[in-house]
Amino acid sequence: MALITYRQALKDAFSEEIERDENVFIMGEEVAQYNGAYKVTEGLWEKYGDKRLVDAPISEAGFIGLGIGAAMMGLRPVIEMMFFSFVYVAWDQAVNNASSLRYMSGGLMNVPLVIRGPANGGTNVGATHSHTPENLVANFPGLKCVVPVTAADAKGLMKSSIRDNDPVFFMESTLLYGEESKVPEDPDFLIPLGKADVKREGTDLSIIAHGRSVLVALAAAKELKKKHNIDAEVVDLRSIRPLDEEAIIKSVKKTNRALLVEENKPYCGIGSQISHLIQRRAFDYLDAPVHRISAVDAPAIYSPPLEKVQLPEAKVIVREALDMQNVKA
Amino acid sequence: MAGKSAAKKSSGSAGRKGAPAKKSAPAKKAAAEKKAASADKSPAELRRYADAPVNKAMSKSDKRKAFVDMVRIRKFEQAALQSYQKGKMGGFLHLYIGQEATAIGTCALLGDHDHIITAYRDHGHALAVGMTMNECMAELFGKYTGCSKGKGGSMHFFAPEKRYWGGHGIVGGQTPLGLGIAYALKYKGLQGCCICFLGDGAVNQGPFHESLNLAGLWDLPMIYVIENNRYSMGTSQDRSSVYPEGGLAQRAEAYRIDWDTAHGENLYEVRAKTAQAIERAHKKSRPTVLEIATYRYYGHSIADANHQKYRTKEEILEYQRNRDPIMVWQRILKEEGVLTEDEAKEIETEARNEAKDAIRFADESPFPPESEILTDVYHSVDNPGSHTNQGKIFFNDRLPWE
Repeated sequence: MALITYRQALKDAFSEEIERDENVFIMGEEVAQYNGAYKVTEGLWEKYGDKRLVDAPISEAGFIGLGIGAAMMGLRPVIEMMFFSFVYVAWDQAVNNASSLRYMSGGLMNVPLVIRGPANGGTNVGATHSHTPENLVANFPGLKCVVPVTAADAKGLMKSSIRDNDPVFFMESTLLYGEESKVPEDPDFLIPLGKADVKREGTDLSIIAHGRSVLVALAAAKELKKKHNIDAEVVDLRSIRPLDEEAIIKSVKKTNRALLVEENKPYCGIGSQISHLIQRRAFDYLDAPVHRISAVDAPAIYSPPLEKVQLPEAKVIVREALDMQNVKA
Repeated sequence: MAGKSAAKKSSGSAGRKGAPAKKSAPAKKAAAEKKAASADKSPAELRRYADAPVNKAMSKSDKRKAFVDMVRIRKFEQAALQSYQKGKMGGFLHLYIGQEATAIGTCALLGDHDHIITAYRDHGHALAVGMTMNECMAELFGKYTGCSKGKGGSMHFFAPEKRYWGGHGIVGGQTPLGLGIAYALKYKGLQGCCICFLGDGAVNQGPFHESLNLAGLWDLPMIYVIENNRYSMGTSQDRSSVYPEGGLAQRAEAYRIDWDTAHGENLYEVRAKTAQAIERAHKKSRPTVLEIATYRYYGHSIADANHQKYRTKEEILEYQRNRDPIMVWQRILKEEGVLTEDEAKEIETEARNEAKDAIRFADESPFPPESEILTDVYHSVDNPGSHTNQGKIFFNDRLPWE
């Protein structure tokens, strides 16, 4: 195990998969000579050259479509979005084409494609650059969506995503790139898509989250324990589609309370789906209504102190958890 | 391949003024008259491209086959229209009738590493690459025996094993996909190309221009064939597109891409111009935009009841009488002594019967079982054990048939 950053973990995953499979290449804006806008691909162009690291002009519809066409032909493109928000200018390619080609051809072709990049708020870049579109993507059968929070998860899931024969949307966070954790060095270290991870064991409450919200949830859980002696379990979904429903249900049946946390907006967010799942499969186990915390339901605000408030904060999670305890009492 | 050495200078424009010339309003009628009437053209004029190497190499049987293939497309489409009117299929039906020489003139030239992709008016290309009438008709009927098991429909035919990558419903959406096919060929070091068909309406879509820039920038073996039938649905070219002197294809100059135009009613010309583009793709790995002037006899789709309102009956008749691609080819073959009137009639009868059989086949085929709604969505679901996925991937609480 090596202690490395999330950024380094991704870079290692790319290196290993580029070396493992000649069909893997990375394309995007500034990924090669510039070393990546967020340095996730730093050094790879120098090491692997023009064929495997390709700087694309600012033409997301053009190069995402190109990636899909190349994937149909058996290549395994990894397409970087400098910000995931930019996928919207290529929406027809990214969701209409990537999600439905296998289906419309009656299974005659596959689209082994990864579209990846940061999808997060919290960096004061305003509403156009701060989207977390995992709910939008997950709404398209044919697509897969993963949102890792630790370096190890990033590496294991990226390697699995590149080897996957279906299109995977891989959502990272600029605020996580510098976070360190221990990562196995085995070149075949894979984390299956659709497998959640309990990041903290607990008995009183299940906090179910994904992406950077997991870290916020862990901070809140620490405070809940310290100040209120409440033992929260933190379930990290890691993968949105496929979804580890069993892990969610198992945790809720154990703690009898579910608090859903996500950086996404509330309406038709991931929490809506999880909430439905819990009432459907664990109705009789609930000692309190399911609560959820999302970004405050407005476009991402620029003003730095307010953006902080708009996104889920630990103190809000604590407030909500206490509220749920009171319902029991 | 791309990256730091990518922005190579283009091999330069070889644009030529061809079939579709800019029509200012007063000059329009005169231009239409001038352009009309292949029937009035001398045999020598019609055979202007007969001596192009790709045409000289045609045997009598090749020429006859081209006639058969065009007639088969027409009879298939006519049969599909009848079935549509009888309520045998749903959705849209975009007919290729009038444009046959484009599909046959281009697809017959494809080699082992040459691929095609097209838009929603895709039946002609499907038959041209050798898909059967049965699988195509069954797809229109939504049957399990269709080329896409009834999951794609009229606009979404596919046959990757014949290097036919669809069949795409969103205008211009196929152009970046075609680019990816060309990219993959170059990546793998194969000498091939991708012919990407699009309509004249698609030239105003952003992804087409993104695709052109990338094709020019990265030297990709890509051939854009604009099938210009003069109407983007009900909006004429005059009302939808800035039209350079040389044609829509001339827009390629902005991307340093070679371009050309062709009369779509003349198979020899379509073949000759396509062959040049293929050679450019194979030998120089450079793209081409080839605009083919053509015409559709029916509406944008069968649902387009207004197609005699945004254009005149006379205009349609003029094309049918004078520039019909099957008629023109038949005339050429008659002049060359390759095909008699009787033989042509026999071919038509055979094609009509084949289409009738396809209707019977489609009619008698079963619809897909309900469970098929959930297959072919994910490779990982259809191939358990071949991947590392877990968890739930479909989110129906209870299926309608459970």
